[in-house]
Amino acid sequence: MGKSLFQKVWDSHTVGTLADGRTQLFIGTHLIHEVTSPQAFGMLRDLGLTVKYPSRTFATVDHIVPTINQDAPQDPLAAEMMQALQKNCDDFGVTYFDLRSGKQGIVHVVGPEQGITQPGTTIACGDSHTATHGAFGAIAFGIGTTQVRDVLATQTMALEPLKVRRIEVNGNLRPGVYAKDVILHIIRLLGAKGGIGFAYEYAGDVFDRMSMEERMTVCNMSIEGGARCGYVNPDAKTVAYLNGRPYVDMSNFEATATRWLSFASDADAVYDDVVKIAAEDIEPTVTWGISPDHGVAISELIPDPANATSEIEKQSIDEALAYMKLPAGTPIKGVKIDVAFLGSCTNGRLSDFREAAKYLKGHKVAAGVHAIAVPGSQIVAIQCEKEGLDQVFRDAGFEWRAAGCSMCLAMNPDKLIGDQLCASSSNRNFKGRQGSSTGRTVLMSPVMVVAAAIKGHIADARELFDFA
Amino acid sequence: MALEKVKQVSGRGVFVPGADIDTDRIIPARFMKCVTFDGLGEFAFYDVRFDTEGNRTNHPLNEERFAGANILIAGMNFGCGSSREHAPQSLRKYGFDAVIAESFAEIFNGNCTTLAMPCVVASAADVAALRAAVEADPQIQITIDLETQKVTTSAGHSISITLPESARDALTAGRWDPIQELIDNNAQIEERAKALGYVA
Repeated sequence: MGKSLFQKVWDSHTVGTLADGRTQLFIGTHLIHEVTSPQAFGMLRDLGLTVKYPSRTFATVDHIVPTINQDAPQDPLAAEMMQALQKNCDDFGVTYFDLRSGKQGIVHVVGPEQGITQPGTTIACGDSHTATHGAFGAIAFGIGTTQVRDVLATQTMALEPLKVRRIEVNGNLRPGVYAKDVILHIIRLLGAKGGIGFAYEYAGDVFDRMSMEERMTVCNMSIEGGARCGYVNPDAKTVAYLNGRPYVDMSNFEATATRWLSFASDADAVYDDVVKIAAEDIEPTVTWGISPDHGVAISELIPDPANATSEIEKQSIDEALAYMKLPAGTPIKGVKIDVAFLGSCTNGRLSDFREAAKYLKGHKVAAGVHAIAVPGSQIVAIQCEKEGLDQVFRDAGFEWRAAGCSMCLAMNPDKLIGDQLCASSSNRNFKGRQGSSTGRTVLMSPVMVVAAAIKGHIADARELFDFA
Repeated sequence: MALEKVKQVSGRGVFVPGADIDTDRIIPARFMKCVTFDGLGEFAFYDVRFDTEGNRTNHPLNEERFAGANILIAGMNFGCGSSREHAPQSLRKYGFDAVIAESFAEIFNGNCTTLAMPCVVASAADVAALRAAVEADPQIQITIDLETQKVTTSAGHSISITLPESARDALTAGRWDPIQELIDNNAQIEERAKALGYVA
């Protein structure tokens, strides 16, 4: 009987079984940032412990970084957090991609960019979007701060094994349908808690054809579907992406690549569940509510609680529509927007900006719309600027910012004001997520953000642009 | 260091309405600008407890009759979203000792266990019954027994609950913080690191 990638990686990283029955799992790569690590270093100091394998932890600063004057936060708390991270990295010998390194960025953009993220490894980070790294065939967990302490101190953590659900998407995506639409569609189908207890394996020819960056977009939002992690099996594209990156050992690359590929799920692997989706069924998808599973195709109507199949569903729709101030049973298309946000660990990579710029070129952001484009890393920013993409955004009326998490969670100055509605390429539409307790978020692909920015309302990009 | 064995949690309950209550709701991101977890308690559920002008809302946590409640009762998928431990830390520091819900998000659940704060699952009907009971009489005493996996109340309820076996063991046996055990396996850790090849 064959094994899935999840089982292979899990088995090869198992240190032993703990008294409570959980597995002590070796974490090959640990990524840290300024928000969830300072308390862990504090605990480490309180217990008189040190970092077990300092060379296996990598740090960057992303959540609280201002995207205007990156290194000069006006907020004293943000400055304190940045200083704490610097001190912790200095004290314990941890590699830190700081603002002056030219390599700083959102931790889930930096890891792959540097070649730190590799197939067949385990990765942990005090951030739930760590699942992003699964695009490389790694098993990547978002963890709490006490577990950050555990990983720092021992390079291991206590975990329950997961079941594996294979999600197969086969066929051809329609023009104008992107990786973001695929994952929003999956979450809509399986629900925000549908993945609890599971790792998601994304398989089928749609994922096979995707670029590494598109695979990252999909894996990134596994947690929004409740799954602890998600992955795509490594293939030739994975190897090609990593070839020559700074942290890839090039001394015997062929053997390394062969080892990486050996982690891919066996053809006769057994899964706890299999879900099959036809690519043709996926439309550009946007959210209408306050949970990532509140999704609709752009051509559909905002749900009507009168059509709910249960009292719970009715209450959920009522609560979401009251917060979103949207009328039930009306088209999502045409809903006025105030802000357009392009960026985040979901869609803040070079290909996202290239694709968005391709369609934005020659258009203007609608009057009254505040549009910002925030590259996922300094490297992404520089590459975009070399290609002149920043000018395309500026000419259209977008503000071109410096790298960080920015308005995805608004821990820096980039925030919605009042009940502004934001067309956002980020990952969460929770109440208050974008920095205002009454702010509203509509999730969508970068090209749909651009379409909304141009029209001033949520729009079907296929009606604006020629995707043929 | 010997850890407390958490076999029972007793006290009074408060129901927080809504499904899919995410960790941004439990602790809005702007309050995570800190380098310790101290002081997070006052920000628990901040944006639903206070309106945009800073006035108290009619949220149950603002009701005098629920003051001092230490058992949070909630709906489905409680704690979804971010892995931020700030969320359970804020609940703990606010004064909660346990959560009863219809279901929990996984990372949140694990984070709570590590703070010795049990997350136990009850059926939707039982959660509704508990909600009705505490709303009718906030003084009723609730006891969560992790060994018998029952919630009982002074109003006569006896409800079956579940939690992951590893969490139940960790709490009741006083090993909810695994750090010492992880450290004790140092030899096996080093062996695994060596076998993996990519670590050294």
